[in-house]
Order: sequence, then structure tokens, then C-alpha cells
Amino acid sequence: MILKDVANVIRSKNAGPYELTLDVILKDGEMFDKIKTAGIINSDMIAKLYKIPVEDVLSIVYFPNALAIKATIVRPLASGNMGERDVYGAQQHAPLVNYEFEV
Amino acid sequence: MKELKILSPSGIVGYGFPEDSFWAGVALKPDLIACDAGSTDPGPYYLGSGVPFTNATAVKRDLKLMLKAACQLNIPLVIGSMGSSGTDVQMARELATIREIAKEENLSFKMAVVSSEFEKQTLVEALQDGKIEKLGPAPMPTEADILESTHIVAQMGIEPIIKALDDGAQVVICGRCYDPAAFAAPAIRLGYDKALSLHLGKILECAAICATPGSASDCIMGYLGEDYFCVEPVSPERKCTPTSVSAHTLYEKSNPYILPGPGGHLDLSDCVFTADSDRRVRVTGSRFVPEAVPSVKLEGAKEAGCRTLSICGNRDPIFISQLDDILENVKKRTADNLSADFDYRLDFIVYGKNGVMGALEPQTEVTSHEVGIVIDVVAPTQEHANAVCAVARSTMLHYGYPGRIATAGNLAFPFSPSDIKVGPVYVFSVYALLRTEHPETLFTPVYEEVGK
Repeated sequence: MILKDVANVIRSKNAGPYELTLDVILKDGEMFDKIKTAGIINSDMIAKLYKIPVEDVLSIVYFPNALAIKATIVRPLASGNMGERDVYGAQQHAPLVNYEFEV
Repeated sequence: MKELKILSPSGIVGYGFPEDSFWAGVALKPDLIACDAGSTDPGPYYLGSGVPFTNATAVKRDLKLMLKAACQLNIPLVIGSMGSSGTDVQMARELATIREIAKEENLSFKMAVVSSEFEKQTLVEALQDGKIEKLGPAPMPTEADILESTHIVAQMGIEPIIKALDDGAQVVICGRCYDPAAFAAPAIRLGYDKALSLHLGKILECAAICATPGSASDCIMGYLGEDYFCVEPVSPERKCTPTSVSAHTLYEKSNPYILPGPGGHLDLSDCVFTADSDRRVRVTGSRFVPEAVPSVKLEGAKEAGCRTLSICGNRDPIFISQLDDILENVKKRTADNLSADFDYRLDFIVYGKNGVMGALEPQTEVTSHEVGIVIDVVAPTQEHANAVCAVARSTMLHYGYPGRIATAGNLAFPFSPSDIKVGPVYVFSVYALLRTEHPETLFTPVYEEVGK
């Protein structure tokens, strides 16, 4: 299965200048439960996908009210620091879009 | 307990809102108009330089409508984080606009202005007294970080807004402010539940983003009761659903259940979102957990040099196949061409390779037929930055890489002049908590009779 086929929203955004937060909002509750039970989105998976140490994955939260999964990572740089590529952090979601998984 | 009605016209003062929606909202007879005006999202430049990121004409248009409506209904208007970052210099531009509007529209009101900017010496002393604490992944600020900052502000909570309203102000203009406080403070003052008031403020501060279709540039109404609140967009083109409102709780937050703010955190673990109608959502179960000793968040920025950049492109398959080596050699040659004591940072942002994601980019292979290159130089002075950019640009333009057959030049420049002088560059220098027994003493409203 490919994440974009089961999600309504896949996005990234700053959560303050030092953190980047990734949101996946699923289309239906059945798939949300399956992904949650199988633990498809987890710290190791995010660390691997973004080539960062697993300690830099600050939290993974499953939020059933909104059928959403949120992963928050340490920003590679403070927003706007030398070497910045995306001040708002709004285009860091792409590795999740075509993520393949099985449930 | 009477239901309190709060109108939130826009996500940011200056982002605009449809006039039809606004006056339809005013016709619902709100008890309060509140609006947020700031964010750290556009980066450190605005806080560091004191230049607002919103356009002066757009801010005037939004403020004029809000001031007119507040005077017409004789209700309070509270604006948080005025001027983008809440610095005194940004506030000054907006306060001048408010006085101008009052004169032009013949409005009069008592205004409270609450500064959020700190004397650096006060914070150095707080640091020495152990009252400044590290916040999340941000580094612990040093004394040098504080002293080198051009501006340091703290996010105020509800206390100064309540004080200003108690003292009879109708219009309250705050410096840097915890986003929900502008909406929640007047409600808490009237005895409404703190958790519900703050949670409602958290949703209202983004205007109609919590609706579907969502927008930061359209109006939303909040209805606050004793043990619930409701949200409903004003425009008939939008609606709120339990999913759209609960999904909004995720936006720009690291954890959707625990939302820290001055004096404690909101715990939304037990919240229930239900449909009150096909476009109104009811929320219950928000909780507020106070901190033992209250804290406020500090934000500071400092200058980090001046920037010069050049935008160019390449469409040569041989060049693109050797891209990394070429850029490395251009960096070395540039260094050779400048004297050793020349301090600078030279970076190439390569669109078509990893221009958007940098170190986070998982794809290693360049598959594009062309690449866009931004030559980015930051140096202690503008002249130095100009010099380094000029050398790097001309070196890359004529660099003779192995197998080169396009011998006239390696780069396509869309502009003449090719080099853009950007001016000062700022970085965040302070992002930490200030622990204080008495947060109310940090922020003092100053009063002014406007239009009299």
C-alpha cells in the first residue's frame, strides 16, 4: 500500500523555530486502526526516512479524533539559520507521500 | 451563564478578510473582537530587524474595520503580537496607524498598550539567577546570546490584558502574546472556565483555518458557555465539522493533546468534538494544568552578517553529471582568490538536487535535465559578501571541468545585475523559558485616550 492512497492530508510545518512536525490524516477509521495496530509510523521509520538519528524523533502521536498521526522531529537547523532551505518547513513531507507499507 | 460571543476576523492582522463576512459577524452582536498579529513562522529576520512582515496598507485596512466595529458595538478589541514579532519598534508603526484611523474615522476610545520587549540587563540577571531554562531542542542561551540580540520579547499571558480591561481600556494592543490569550483573557476575566477559554482561543486565533474549506483570511465566531464552547464560520461557503476542528488541533503543534503556554498547559486528551449543526461544532472536556512556578517564553534574534546572492541555472548534461565535484572546486578556488582573513560562509542551494530538503533529502541521484543554483554568501559586511559572491559567481561561470565542451560559460543568469544585495541577516539567538513567581509584573499596560 502507498501512504498517499489512504491519506487526505500529508504535510509538514514548523512547530516553533526548532521543531518540524509531520501530519498524516487518513481517509477512514478502519485504515487508521490498522496502521495504528501495526505501528507503521514509528520513530525508527521516521528516522530512516529522513536520515536522522532516532533520538531526533521527538514524538509520534496517534490522534483518533482526527484520524491523524503526528511525528515531530528536531529541525536540522533553527529556522532561518545559515544553510536554511525551507523557513516555514512546509515542504518537508515528500518522503512520506510515496511511502510503501503493508497492513 | 450567558453565552459569550467572540468574533475572530483574520488569522493575522494584515492577512485580510472579506468585508461581507466581517459585517455579517458584527451583525451577530459579538461581545469581543480579537485578532492575532504575529508569528515566528516567517523566520528570525522580523524579530531581529524590527521590520513587520505584514504590509502597512493591508494592516491599516484590517485595523480600520475592526476599530469601527468595536466602537459601533461598544465592545473590546484585543490584538495580540502586534507588528509581527511584538517588538516596540514594530508596535510603534501600528500604533501610529491606529491614531491615524481614529482621526480619519472620528473614533474615540481608551487604548492600553502592553510592551513585551525586555532590557537585556534584566535577562542577564535572570540568567545568572538560574531563572532562564532550556526549551525543547533549542540551545540554552548564554550571556553573549542575550547581549548580542537586537530584540528580545516574551510571550505574555492573560494577566496584562485582564488588568487593561479592569482599568477601563476598550482597545488593548499587546506586544508578543501567547496566541490564545487575546481571545481568552476577556472571557476568563468575566468568570468563564480558563481551559475552555484558552482552547477556544487556540482555535479562533487561526480564524477560519479550522473550517472546511479552511482559510486564515476569513471570519469565525466562537460561542463560550459554562461547560462547552462552539465554533462556527461566518461565511456560508464554509462549515465546521468535528473532523475539521479536531484536525486543526494538530496544526503547527508538536503534540495535539498537550499544549504548553504561559503558566501551564492545556490538556486536550479528554476533549469531545460533536456536531451541533451541519456547520457548528461543540467542544467539551478541555483541561488546564497549571505550573508550580509560572513561566513565559522568551524569543530573541541577533544579526549574523550580510547576505549577497546570485540566481543562475545550468542545462548541460556533462556539467550536471559532475555537479558535486564542480561545486567543491569552485568553493576551493573562491577561497584561494580571497585573502586568508576573509571571513564568510559560501553555500550553493541546488534546485533539482536537494534545494528544498537539504540534509533531509533522501533521493541522492539528480534526475533533472536542468538545475537551478543559488549562490548564497553571508559575510560580516555587505561589501565582503558582495566580493565573495562576485568571485564565486565568475569562478563557476568559467570553471573548466573535465570533458567540458560548452566553453562559452557554465551558467544561465535570468537577471542583470546578477548579484542581489540582501542586507543584514538575523538568526534566532534566544528561545527559552523565563521562570517567574509573578508573571503579572513583567508586562505593564500603558494607557492613552485616542481621538479625544
